[in-house]
Amino acid sequence: MNKIYKHVIADIIRNRIVLFYTFILLLASLSVFSLEDTSSKGLLSMLNIILMIVPLVCLIFSTIYMYNSSEFIELLLSQPLRRNTIWWSLFIGLITALGLAFFVGAGIVILIFEPSFLGLMLVICGILLTFIFTAIALLAAVLTKDKAKGIGLSIILWLFYAIIFDGIVLFMLFQWADYPIEKFMILISMLNPIDLARILILMQMDVSALMGYTGAIFKDFFGTSVGIALSFGTLILWVIIPFICSLRYFKKKDL
Amino acid sequence: MIKLKTYLFLFFFNALFLPSVQASTWIVGKNERFKTLANAIQHAQPGDSILVKKGVYHEHNLIINKSLHLIGQGLPILDGEGKYEVLSIKASHVRIQGFHIRNSGISSLKDLAGIKIYDSQYVQIIQNLITNSFFGVYVQYGKHCTINNNRIIAYGVEEQQSGNGIHCWNSSYLQIKNNLITGHRDGIYFEFVTQSLIKNNRSFRNLRYGLHFMFSNNDTYISNVFTNNGAGVAVMFSNHVNMYYNTFHQNWGDASYGILLKEISDGIIQGNHFEKNTTGIYLEGVSRVNMSKNTFSNNGWGLKIQASCQDMTIHQNNFMNNTFDVSTNGTLVLNSFDGNYWDKYDGYDLNRDHIGDIPFRPVSLFSIILEKNPTTLIMFRSFISALMDKTEKLIPSLTPEQLKDQFPLIKPIKL
Repeated sequence: MNKIYKHVIADIIRNRIVLFYTFILLLASLSVFSLEDTSSKGLLSMLNIILMIVPLVCLIFSTIYMYNSSEFIELLLSQPLRRNTIWWSLFIGLITALGLAFFVGAGIVILIFEPSFLGLMLVICGILLTFIFTAIALLAAVLTKDKAKGIGLSIILWLFYAIIFDGIVLFMLFQWADYPIEKFMILISMLNPIDLARILILMQMDVSALMGYTGAIFKDFFGTSVGIALSFGTLILWVIIPFICSLRYFKKKDL
Repeated sequence: MIKLKTYLFLFFFNALFLPSVQASTWIVGKNERFKTLANAIQHAQPGDSILVKKGVYHEHNLIINKSLHLIGQGLPILDGEGKYEVLSIKASHVRIQGFHIRNSGISSLKDLAGIKIYDSQYVQIIQNLITNSFFGVYVQYGKHCTINNNRIIAYGVEEQQSGNGIHCWNSSYLQIKNNLITGHRDGIYFEFVTQSLIKNNRSFRNLRYGLHFMFSNNDTYISNVFTNNGAGVAVMFSNHVNMYYNTFHQNWGDASYGILLKEISDGIIQGNHFEKNTTGIYLEGVSRVNMSKNTFSNNGWGLKIQASCQDMTIHQNNFMNNTFDVSTNGTLVLNSFDGNYWDKYDGYDLNRDHIGDIPFRPVSLFSIILEKNPTTLIMFRSFISALMDKTEKLIPSLTPEQLKDQFPLIKPIKL
């Protein structure tokens, strides 16, 4: 496993896309923080990067990577290796590379400019989103044999989590405006890792506004240590479940 | 008998020979001639001073009906035992200084207080410590009274069982300076009080309002700090109220405001700091108030200005790091918002005159949506809400077209 893992890492670094991604993140985060007088606007831009760019890059890159290394995977499968091991090493290789890229590119800068709980929350959410969308990409890649279809699927998944899901939620909020659906909304937000990460960060970022009545309901959940633990638990489940699904599918898959 | 003669002599002597009465000083203490204040007050003449030595005095309700100076040495304690009004001042030119007044009775019927001024003028309440009282200092029909350097501390839990720190009713020309008030229902309460000054007070962790104004005209408050009060500061049904250089900090809650302005006219709000409040200022039915040089930072909402406000001039203020700068509930705008600094402004300044070339609209679509449907707060800062805000900026449809800053500043105003 160690050998395959090392090979995956070396391969990712060699193809330079991840290095480029790290560099772009570094450039973006340094410029947003140094352009503004206060760190709050920079944090807002970083929030958008974490919620939009990170999932997109992780999804597309991981999906393409999986397709490009399909021959390598086939080669490995011809060796006396367990499919379990191969899939795990690929996944861990990818999340180490992408996670490290995020941490070096954005995480360190955030922690330097905003050394607070909010900054920490941003970094943790960014890393978790990296893991989640890599796992989802693996699932998308393993589900379809055709490369174009697979990439299409991952783009649709990104669109769904980043935009469409929020649209549906907003629509629901207006449809059921007369009902007390705040608690239900907490449940709904668990169904989208991007939303969940966003709300967790929001709780730290807009404390004053959230002390209003409706905000207080969310604050009572997401602001407490139990709520935060539960939310992070859910985010970790979002890593585990897609990965386990892809693993099970990969084991049975006829290549 | 000799004593009486002495008194008589003194009295006549004074009356006949000294146009300015020579005040004498009486000492109250454990080892002095007077063991109780009541006794000393009975013997003292108007204009005399009573020096009270250190100790605990259970005087029940002490009524001061002469112009006396009561001066405590080493913070003597006057204890109301939870039953009585501790000091009732019913004479003018009284001075109460250096006492620790504690445990007044609780009665909503009689409004018992630590120190209560009835219908008097030129009363001075200075450097006292008032703890665990229902009302701290209560002024009714007072004129030219001074309440300075007191610490008024209560441990109120619910509003009904708690009175106000400094309660002024139907008074004028009051001076309230350098007091510290905490744990009461309202820190400072003004009703029908005119021509008064509130300066350098600190009012924090009160159950309801840090400062509560009702029907009080021509008053000024300067450099006060209001922190962490249940509902911030409320100024209602008054005119010509001026507020300078106050700080409003961390008033958190749905019905909690830095300042709640309701039915106010002709005031000045200048140089104040609003920081970390759920709402910096909430304005309803406010007219002709001039707001300038204020700083709104890290609030949930900087200004919540209802459509019922008119002829307000809001200029030269700094709006920084607020979740929402301004929100409103209608499309009618009769106020001017020109010449402020908004950190959310993303226009340009081609001619370098430090004024943005395109107007800024401080009301975002999302704040309008939030006003209508508060649950949508959960969608805040999502991509879709940002998208909606951007679209609205290009084609304003829901946000009030007229609510805009024509001359937004590029750099924050140095204050």
